[in-house]
Amino acid sequence: MARVTFDEDRCKGCELCVSVCPKHVVHMTKDRINKKGYHPATVDEMDKCIGCAFCAMMCPDVVIEVEK
Amino acid sequence: MKKVFQKPQSLTDKPMHYCPGCTHGIVHRLVAEVMDELDIREDTIGIAPVGCAVFAYDYFNCDMQEAAHGRAPAVATGVKRVHPDKVVFTYQGDGDLTSIGAAEIVHAANRGEKITTIFINNAIYGMTGGQMAPTSLLGQVTTTSPYGRKAETEGYPIRMSEMLAALEGAAYIERVSVHDIKHIRQAKKAVKKAFECQITGKGFAMIEVLSTCPTNWGMSPKESLEWVAANMIPYYPLGVKKEVE
Ligand SMILES: Cc1ncc(C[n+]2csc(CCOP(=O)(O)OP(=O)(O)O)c2C)c(N)n1
Ligand code: SF4
Ligand code: SF4
Repeated sequence: MARVTFDEDRCKGCELCVSVCPKHVVHMTKDRINKKGYHPATVDEMDKCIGCAFCAMMCPDVVIEVEK
Repeated sequence: MKKVFQKPQSLTDKPMHYCPGCTHGIVHRLVAEVMDELDIREDTIGIAPVGCAVFAYDYFNCDMQEAAHGRAPAVATGVKRVHPDKVVFTYQGDGDLTSIGAAEIVHAANRGEKITTIFINNAIYGMTGGQMAPTSLLGQVTTTSPYGRKAETEGYPIRMSEMLAALEGAAYIERVSVHDIKHIRQAKKAVKKAFECQITGKGFAMIEVLSTCPTNWGMSPKESLEWVAANMIPYYPLGVKKEVE
């Protein structure tokens, strides 16, 4: 069991978290924009997350929290 | 479930102003994580540079002082000598450290000042709009080298870590990269060692971090990380350049 939480309004849509997820579950939203005007990153299939925290380590803007 | 990753306490809540995907943010976080782990936040004084990291004083949750362009090592020298019991670090870009501040860093290292320098080498001047830095690679196109940097007219990219490692006063110098998870982990270990080097009184420590400037390189954040691996690391080899026991 693992869970990632995105502080969406901090996200700058750089997609670096997407590029490092070994399970390919991080993706950019297409249906909403945040306060800064970016499509924020998110995870839909949370059951596939293994809590490795790669996305959080790669994120330059400390958007992501990981629980395991 | 328990938290396995969260914002370090040594970073404030303020959102950083860096461009999307800029590795300044990653390095800020690593420095803050190290401050948390060594439990030195209340005893640390950081010196901010001129460059994109000029607002670092808003992001690090410790005491901070702004310095004039390139002069952070001189300011750090003064702060550390007045407060020898505090942990003092500078955070500087390659324009700041290798151009206008070249003299300050050389002499601070040579004097063996007991400070820690975090040196962001992104091979360009970011803040001012992408001019050539002393660290720009040969052939690299910048706004002031529109046909690519040439050795005949602009000289060679400076390998600052190797240069400073030749000085007697330098105690620990390492070059790291943050272009992938494995290297981010290694970078954090190096940053931690550089702070410990100061705390144990060994002398001057500097960590050179190969970084990106997606905006002025004209690449996506991911392409920028790939460019570091493909072009910067071959010219700027990673690893420990000096370590005194
Ligand atoms: C005395 C002085 N000269 C020049 C400048 C203009 N200036 C501001 S930032 C900068 C270079 C920044 O590049 P770098 O240190 O590589 O940091 P980056 O922005 O890439 O993080 C320059 C030349 C200045 N602010 N002060
Ligand atoms: S790495 Fe961070 S800022 Fe970049 S898209 Fe992912 S969550 Fe957003
Ligand atoms: S200009 Fe370059 S170094 Fe400065 S914040 Fe943007 S990407 Fe980072």
